[in-house]
Amino acid sequence: MSDKTPVLEMRGISKRFPGGTLANDSIDLDLGDREIHALLGENGAGKTTLMNILYGLVTPDEGEIRIDAAPVTIQGPADAIARGIGMVHQHFMLVPVLSVAENVVLGQEITSVDGVLDMRTAERRIRELADRLGFSVDPGVRVNQLSLGQQQRVEILKAIYRGARILVLDEPTAVLTPQETREIFSVLRRLREDGTSIIFISHKLDEVLEIADRVTVIRRGKVVGSRKPAQTNQDELAELMVGRAVSLRVDRGQSHPGDVALEVVGLRALDDRRHEMVRGVELSVRSGEIVGIAGVGGNGQDELVECVVGLRKPFAGTIRLAGRDITRLSVEARRDLGIAYVPADRQRFGLVLPYLLPDNFVLTRYGEVPYAGGLGGFVRQDQPIRSEAGRLAKEFDVRSSSLDVAASTLSGGNQQKVVVAREFRHDLKVLVVDQPTRGLDVGSIEFIHKQVIARRDAGVAVLLVSAELDEVLDLSDRILVMYRGRIVGTFASAEAQREKVGLLMATGEART
Amino acid sequence: MRRRLGRLGPTWAKASIPVYSIVLAFAVAAVVVIISSAFTATGFDPLLPLAAYLRLFAGAFGSGNGIANTLVAAAPLMFGGLAVGIGLKAGLFNIGVAGQFLVGAFTAAVIGAALATAPTIVGMPLAMLAGGLAGAVYGFIPGYLKARTGAHEVVTTIMLNNAAALLLTWAVNDLVRAPGFSFPRTADIGQSALPILAGRNLHLGIVFAIAAVLVIRWILVRTTLGFEIRTVGANPNAARYAGMRPIFITALTMTISGLLAGLAGAIQMLGVIGFYAPGITASVGFDSIAVALLGRSDPIGILFAALLFGAFRAGAPLMQIETSVPIEVIDIIQALVILFLAADLIVRKVFRVRAPKVEITEMATVTGSWGAGTPPPGTVS
Repeated sequence: MSDKTPVLEMRGISKRFPGGTLANDSIDLDLGDREIHALLGENGAGKTTLMNILYGLVTPDEGEIRIDAAPVTIQGPADAIARGIGMVHQHFMLVPVLSVAENVVLGQEITSVDGVLDMRTAERRIRELADRLGFSVDPGVRVNQLSLGQQQRVEILKAIYRGARILVLDEPTAVLTPQETREIFSVLRRLREDGTSIIFISHKLDEVLEIADRVTVIRRGKVVGSRKPAQTNQDELAELMVGRAVSLRVDRGQSHPGDVALEVVGLRALDDRRHEMVRGVELSVRSGEIVGIAGVGGNGQDELVECVVGLRKPFAGTIRLAGRDITRLSVEARRDLGIAYVPADRQRFGLVLPYLLPDNFVLTRYGEVPYAGGLGGFVRQDQPIRSEAGRLAKEFDVRSSSLDVAASTLSGGNQQKVVVAREFRHDLKVLVVDQPTRGLDVGSIEFIHKQVIARRDAGVAVLLVSAELDEVLDLSDRILVMYRGRIVGTFASAEAQREKVGLLMATGEART
Repeated sequence: MRRRLGRLGPTWAKASIPVYSIVLAFAVAAVVVIISSAFTATGFDPLLPLAAYLRLFAGAFGSGNGIANTLVAAAPLMFGGLAVGIGLKAGLFNIGVAGQFLVGAFTAAVIGAALATAPTIVGMPLAMLAGGLAGAVYGFIPGYLKARTGAHEVVTTIMLNNAAALLLTWAVNDLVRAPGFSFPRTADIGQSALPILAGRNLHLGIVFAIAAVLVIRWILVRTTLGFEIRTVGANPNAARYAGMRPIFITALTMTISGLLAGLAGAIQMLGVIGFYAPGITASVGFDSIAVALLGRSDPIGILFAALLFGAFRAGAPLMQIETSVPIEVIDIIQALVILFLAADLIVRKVFRVRAPKVEITEMATVTGSWGAGTPPPGTVS
């Protein structure tokens, strides 16, 4: 495949954004015919900018794009589609209330002579295409009835239907279960046989090694290396990506569980739309122990966590902290008792983005001595706030030009470090961490994992929720699987096989 | 020199758009004046705006009397601007300043009249306090409704503005009408009037207004309550997560906002009007919104914005007398200022100001109030 002319060549692509960031620095990339080419890099390395240039969403400052050896200019997505480039975004661009067929033909509807939609022909063609590619998708079904994995296949179908020969997938596995990931991989291999060339963007090393024919690593806007999977390994790729040696294996060490610190009994709770999402959860976490909850997103984990920290009122059940019933206490009262919480969505919950760093570092402790004092704790004390912010920024390696910048200017990893630094205080009893490393790069993940383990070793009870099965498996001393509002399985760390847990996550049943 | 610039930098970054908006508003209004001059007796006069603006300035600042008029007009606008501004800080758009102003003015008039013969040191503070508390109660109603039921404060306060005007008309007619006048009005406030500090009419209200600016600024910047108000406004989810009670803060902020609006009414009543009669102008209510936006919800910014709008009111009569440019030009300028603040893209294009990194939340609150929902917060890496 590499002997033939590449179907796509990007030569010397450079893009500098206003403000001076050099997002792409003369990048060369080529895609062979029927090749799966992985683009690997940390967040902000320039992968997405490069692909946006290819798709016509961003105009490059320099460089040339050639398709089948002929130079082309791509001025917008319409140009890109016309030249056979298809893109599957990380967040799906589907209309939930329309059928699969309607979504696929949207914008290129088939009409009969008098301008009436001909959905029957559309459905037939889509079914033929799906059969050829080995998809099991019913064109008549509404998209909001599909799982995320199936929706992704609809996105791919949409691109292929529009004649894509070059398919770009932006972090396609981020939202999938392990089973779904395996399925999408077989879909991609089928597409390759069918004549499609694929660019696969990811920062997951194992996946890249499994699926790609070639891996190109980008760091700070530059190509730093290109490898065949057979000639490399995860450690080398991680080092290329981050620029230094990174420990990928979490060294969890031995846990020394003490007494039960957090206990949840018969908990039931509604979500904001008044659906019962937590349907009788029982769990307990001992001090000095990490209990991980594995589950596909949307199975009640968020609501469970919100109940534990006091953001949501359960309608049945009890939550106890070291034997004391805290079910009815406020968020503030629970914090005072030693519960800390790293929320899943740092920008929506964990930070006030326009605030400068010091205010964000004390966001959940703003009313405590010494950050407030005088007039009965009414007046804020700048000096203690600033010195605490300085100390935490240093201890947790938050990188910013100064403390006096808005949290919105920090990278995702540094934003998360601000939240983690604030919540990982020393007098904790229970630490609730929800998706602690979502969207972070390898270096930040390593750092945050070490901090979680350090807290456990200091005797804190840690409740971990993550959609990343590997994260749950790597960090947890005990693993619970949550499915449709219930805990459907418990594994000791040693017995938790990836496949078994994954199957339970996907089906709620432990089939063999 | 560099150090001073370094200190001024952030202030200028915040003030640049309002200042440029004012400049642009004057320029566009000048075009209107030039065009309309062609249809008047004086004939086409391209220099007319210059003359008019000079007279406007002279009227506002050219004499002791002018300055006094400016300060007298600015004082209620400071209170009203603070009322709107503190609401915007908490993500609330209090359009009800007009109603709260009337309630405050009415209550101050009634209590002031009841204490008309008591010493000023007793009657005036009690009348002020009563006006402020009445405004607070009237602000608490939409605050409570918002906190408990989610009823949008823009809708409820608009309704309550009408309710206030009509209820007070009834009250003046049937409950507290003073005898001996040919029209319904309250009795004289007598000794309860705000003392005159200087000149003919410069009353104590401006001192109260400046004090209020400093107090509100202190609360917002230095206290935990201010931190809670700002956090609820900037990110209510994070506020809840941090253990704050957005419901309580919402109701409390609307109450404080109403208190300030009520005080605006009280000082206008006790310093300028002297009695309540149906149909007294509540234009302060709507000008307050403009003042708060021009001041970027910052108390010091509101102080300057109120002075500017006060100067417009004080200087306009001289402009009209000496150049025949009608007072209504002031309304055009004020409206244009707000237009340019809202459409700041125009200002940025004209003056080449770079967009801020973080969304300006008070404008987001206002534009989001019309059912569109608050746009997502500023750009994120």
